[in-house]
Amino acid sequence: MTILTSLAKALAAYSMTPQQLTVYRHLHISSKPIVIVPLTLAGETNAPLAAMVGPDRARPTLIVTRQPRNRAERIEFAGRLASELLFPIETAAQQTQATGPGPNARLRVVDAPQLWVPNPAGIEFIRTLGRMTRLRFIEGPWAVPKKVRDLGIWLTWFAEQAEFADTGALIAATQAIAAVWATGQSDLEDGNLAAQMAWLAPPEGMDVAAAVSRAENPQLCPPAGPSTDPTFDRLFLEPALRDLATARNPAAHNAVHRRLTAMLEEQMRPTWELTWTAIDLLRDVPEAPRVPKRWEQQRDRFTSFHRYVADGGRPQAKRDSAGRSAQRLAELEQRMAAFEAQRAYDDPLVIADHRLTGEAFAGQVVDVDPARRVPGLRRNMLRPLVTVATGDQTHLDVGQHVYDPARNGQQAVIESVTETEDGWRIELELHNQMGSGLTAKPGSVPTLGEDVTYTSVTETFVRRRPWPTRDETPWTHGGPPPDSTPVVEDAAEDWS
Amino acid sequence: MSVDERLNALRGTAPRKPHNARTLAALAANPGCRRRTLLDAAGIDKGQIAQGLGVRISIGQMSSIAIARGKGFEAKVKADGCAELLRLLREHIGLPVAEVHYHDLNPADTDDRITSRLRRSQRALQASAESNEPTGTLFDHPILQLTVNGVQVRIEPDLIAFKLGNQFFIVEIKSFAILDGTANSGKVAGAAQQSAVYVLAMREMLQTAGLDPDMVSDQVVLVCPKDFSNHPVAELLDVRKQLATLKRQLDRMESVESLLRLLPPDLSFDPRLDAAGRPTRDPQELAAAVYQVTARYSPECLDACELGGVCRAEASGMVPVLGRVVREDLGGIDSIKEAVELATGLREPDAGQQQVADLLRRAYGMRETALGAVR
Ligand code: SF4
Repeated sequence: MTILTSLAKALAAYSMTPQQLTVYRHLHISSKPIVIVPLTLAGETNAPLAAMVGPDRARPTLIVTRQPRNRAERIEFAGRLASELLFPIETAAQQTQATGPGPNARLRVVDAPQLWVPNPAGIEFIRTLGRMTRLRFIEGPWAVPKKVRDLGIWLTWFAEQAEFADTGALIAATQAIAAVWATGQSDLEDGNLAAQMAWLAPPEGMDVAAAVSRAENPQLCPPAGPSTDPTFDRLFLEPALRDLATARNPAAHNAVHRRLTAMLEEQMRPTWELTWTAIDLLRDVPEAPRVPKRWEQQRDRFTSFHRYVADGGRPQAKRDSAGRSAQRLAELEQRMAAFEAQRAYDDPLVIADHRLTGEAFAGQVVDVDPARRVPGLRRNMLRPLVTVATGDQTHLDVGQHVYDPARNGQQAVIESVTETEDGWRIELELHNQMGSGLTAKPGSVPTLGEDVTYTSVTETFVRRRPWPTRDETPWTHGGPPPDSTPVVEDAAEDWS
Repeated sequence: MSVDERLNALRGTAPRKPHNARTLAALAANPGCRRRTLLDAAGIDKGQIAQGLGVRISIGQMSSIAIARGKGFEAKVKADGCAELLRLLREHIGLPVAEVHYHDLNPADTDDRITSRLRRSQRALQASAESNEPTGTLFDHPILQLTVNGVQVRIEPDLIAFKLGNQFFIVEIKSFAILDGTANSGKVAGAAQQSAVYVLAMREMLQTAGLDPDMVSDQVVLVCPKDFSNHPVAELLDVRKQLATLKRQLDRMESVESLLRLLPPDLSFDPRLDAAGRPTRDPQELAAAVYQVTARYSPECLDACELGGVCRAEASGMVPVLGRVVREDLGGIDSIKEAVELATGLREPDAGQQQVADLLRRAYGMRETALGAVR
């Protein structure tokens, strides 16, 4: 967090209205998001109890286990969830287009599925359910339906994607909202979707303070899950489960199950609605210019993983090998750095953060020599000089490379920094993106009086040595990993 | 009046609520809070106080379903004189235990007073520490004692102490799962913090008895369900770091005695419970008593202290309600209004606020420009 965020929170608390943290939304919002609101049984490890799922706000699919402690019922639950999720995944995968003209073009899906859960605990649920189901066998004595295993493979992929800062695959509503708005409460309170949404969309006729207080009462606003409210457990769920276990005949069992379904629906429905409201609110925020490019990359990732699964790819191992962990870590860092830079280039409030920390400065061009040339190795090179007057105090120094977000990251080098009466004068030598000739392309060099911003944050990532492939894993990292193949113990794994 | 007498007077007629490792760990997590320090030392039920003030409590509630499951798991591990636990110690931890004595320190009946249980536990543990019998011994549910804020606090941990050779191990049975060798980091951290309290308490006891405190290992045995099953696994948990933190925080805490000196002699937090256990004291009067002792609210309190809602309401409009990071960012500014006025230029900064005020004003200007352009 930064001073700008802290200020926004203070302003929000003072005015009792949420404050924007970014001018744009940096997240792609699917035209057909799929929302999952899961509930689990307390005390067990990710024992699914119920879920509300689907792409249609008005018509959610309700899945309720008939007996959450029973292994066959858990597989049944996973099977029903698989029917809901694998269909849109397949549909998306079938519609592809070429990435460009020419022989080297690949295929890319036209659109990729996007999953939403209420909060980070929902992402954990997805991950753990993926782990529960992906290592099953689809034949032999412990066989589960193929779709259950495939669901596991896909949920694991979605959960892995969710670790990346720039992801658009699986999103927690509380985090997506917090990326755009500050409320006048702490992050801890914002973790409760109802309390967070009380700031952004209080119920009709209710002020924010009253809405927040209502949101913190679990009897009025059930928790967003997957854990249920302890009072609900004691008063309603536990008796219903007991009745379910002791029901003597199918008719009695069905009656209890209907009661259970109704009460669980009541617990999930408010969260379902809030998640959709959150999506709608976010959709109304203008999208940042670099979002479509990132979504294109996400579609590429989906396309290639779908091919992997379709070709009979193995389920992901329980634990990453040393090589794969290192590779993942590098990818996490790289995508995070690129995302941070892209946000800064797109969004004046994000670049303002960098200005306040001294990694960027904004000011006016007070002097420019657009035709300056310097001798190069073989011929003269175009190296315009631009002098910027700024009031921003930067940590940047002579020799430092900086980039112009407004000119697609045009590179410049700081030639000198001089303190003046009301700030600093920074002299810059421009290095690229001016065309190939000895005169600069029109518009590629700032003009006198222009407002400009430069930052040391860069989108271009310095690629490290490529990672060794799986089979070349050095012995220092344990050598090539053994093929990860689920074993019988995995298929027979106890769920009790 | 002695310290104990004064503490009893503060509590009044309400029943005493003893410390446990969770409350001690939470206390150590916010060592600067005098309100909590005092109320805990006096054994006051903070939940009752919150209730008496009409504020909802969100912590300390556990699902009855989870409790039942946890009890079932513990019973399974301890069945037949801890047969399963022994297997785990042997196979998972690699301790060379052939056979063990099982020493039950659970209450003999409902009349078994905590003081007599404490004495029994101390005798049993000390006797065992002094002997060098090679067979292991399991002590089920001992009562321990720890000095906090200069007063002795008894704790009744849900644990087993295991002695092998000249080492004591704390064994904690938890109901969160270890999945593929890792568990939820927050839960492990919580378990480690609580275990550190037990290790410290046992060490203090040995030391008081003139024995070597280092006999208590700083490696704690954690027993949890494995993956999605009900089968236990055991792992060693290193709590050295938590021990060091806890010790430092306990050392830093003010003594209750000096705290009491700051307070009016007739102060009482008695909620005046009626026969049904409902508070009858005038909420305003009770609130006034509570506010006499300064608090140190941060949003983490909401997950750690029954008075979270009370102190949050009291701190309303102040910077700390926005969280620790904001409080650090706005260092030197107390109220939210003040921060906003400094940012908008409506207020001149005090001597110590110049730097943060400059930053706020610049930040505010940038916000206005950036948002104004799209408005
Ligand atoms: S809630 Fe209040 S009494 Fe409890 S620790 Fe926080 S500040 Fe102290």
